Amino acid sequence: MTPSFTSQVGAVVKRDLRRQRRRGDVLWITIPFGAVALLLMPLAVGTDAGLLQRIGPGMFWLTVMLFGVLVTVGRASVETQAQRDAASLLGLDPAAGYAGRSASAAALLLIYEVIVGAIAVVLYDIEVIGIPWLAVTLVLVAAGLGLLAALGASLVNSDSGGSALVPLLVAPLSVPLLLGATQAYEGLRLGSSILEWMLLMAAVVLSVAVVGVITARPLQES
Amino acid sequence: MKLLTFVHFLPVPAATLSELHDIGVTAGSTPILRGVDLVVRPGEVLGLFGANGAGKTTLLRVVATLLRPSAGVATVLGVDVTSPQRFDIRHRIGMIGHIPGLYPELTLGENLDFAASVAGVAPGGVEQALEAVGLLGAINRRAGASSHGMQRRAEFARELMLERDLLLLDEPHSALDQDAVELVNGLVGKIAAGGGAAILVSHDRGRVDAVADRSLELVAGSLR
Repeated sequence: MTPSFTSQVGAVVKRDLRRQRRRGDVLWITIPFGAVALLLMPLAVGTDAGLLQRIGPGMFWLTVMLFGVLVTVGRASVETQAQRDAASLLGLDPAAGYAGRSASAAALLLIYEVIVGAIAVVLYDIEVIGIPWLAVTLVLVAAGLGLLAALGASLVNSDSGGSALVPLLVAPLSVPLLLGATQAYEGLRLGSSILEWMLLMAAVVLSVAVVGVITARPLQES
Repeated sequence: MKLLTFVHFLPVPAATLSELHDIGVTAGSTPILRGVDLVVRPGEVLGLFGANGAGKTTLLRVVATLLRPSAGVATVLGVDVTSPQRFDIRHRIGMIGHIPGLYPELTLGENLDFAASVAGVAPGGVEQALEAVGLLGAINRRAGASSHGMQRRAEFARELMLERDLLLLDEPHSALDQDAVELVNGLVGKIAAGGGAAILVSHDRGRVDAVADRSLELVAGSLR
């Protein structure tokens, strides 16, 4: 019996999240590191409450980009050639593998966003407005970054030490997500339309997903 | 007409499981394999031996469809290894390399559970396979905390569970105690008896000859 595409995606997500839970680097290293970065920023710019409130959302999204990329890259590069060969010979569809790795990375990023976001709200006294739209923004950024990191990791053969190049590939491509997320919050704060920013983020997510799925087979074999 | 169409789609038993003609593989400008011709028939256990760096592992990866040869034609289970159809036959090929392909953070049971989920094995298959290799008691032990021998046993359990047609084993007897060696030889014999085939690769000719129907030597990328 050949399992469906979604069953294979589910198996990869379960495997990756289990591995991450046991490794614990997101929970015990990356999240505290992000929180410390947010904590140190007021020491650099001063304690002007108004200024901190204004720059807080931007700072939060910046840490999401920086640490989020590191989380996903770290995750994506922990697979050895022997593990990749074994997964291939199970009949794992490369596109399902890509989708699963992206989904598990996105889930980890979402956890990061929620915890570090709550810390940012407390530290910078950020006004939480338009919660449903904020939730959609968090999901779109997590999905976009997860897809980008999985694509970046596929592009670079991690066994040859090339995983160091993944951030250089992923960071520029994540700029539209950072721009969309900060501008969407600003739009919510000012009461203006945020539709175009949401569409920008959705377009990035969709584009990377399509490119990732289409290139999954050739990249796996290259 | 209808009958003819039906007959056309009946699976035809392959006369050979793997055919390699004039295969060459290069890494940069360095030749790894040169002019390799190899035929593996159903029911056959083939031994391949050779010194370190002779190209044994590379040859296994070509047969496993994981490595495209730079020259020659390779057909495995009736499919050209460079064609897109190679993805459709991979689940019928098992390979155990000298480096374990298990995830160290997962337990032995979870590793097999992942394989079962991806390959669509019925529930219960994991426990049955681990029991067959004497590892049911270690089902909850993390692969990274298991000995090399236990990890190899777990990989044999995976291959047993997935019922492959072609089994490729790289140094299958290393790090195994006598019981496990007999277990591996039993698995190889079972696959061959079921119409499949196995290729065993080793630098130790004695161990290969004890199991194989015939043995070939690989010297500097060429078969002798």
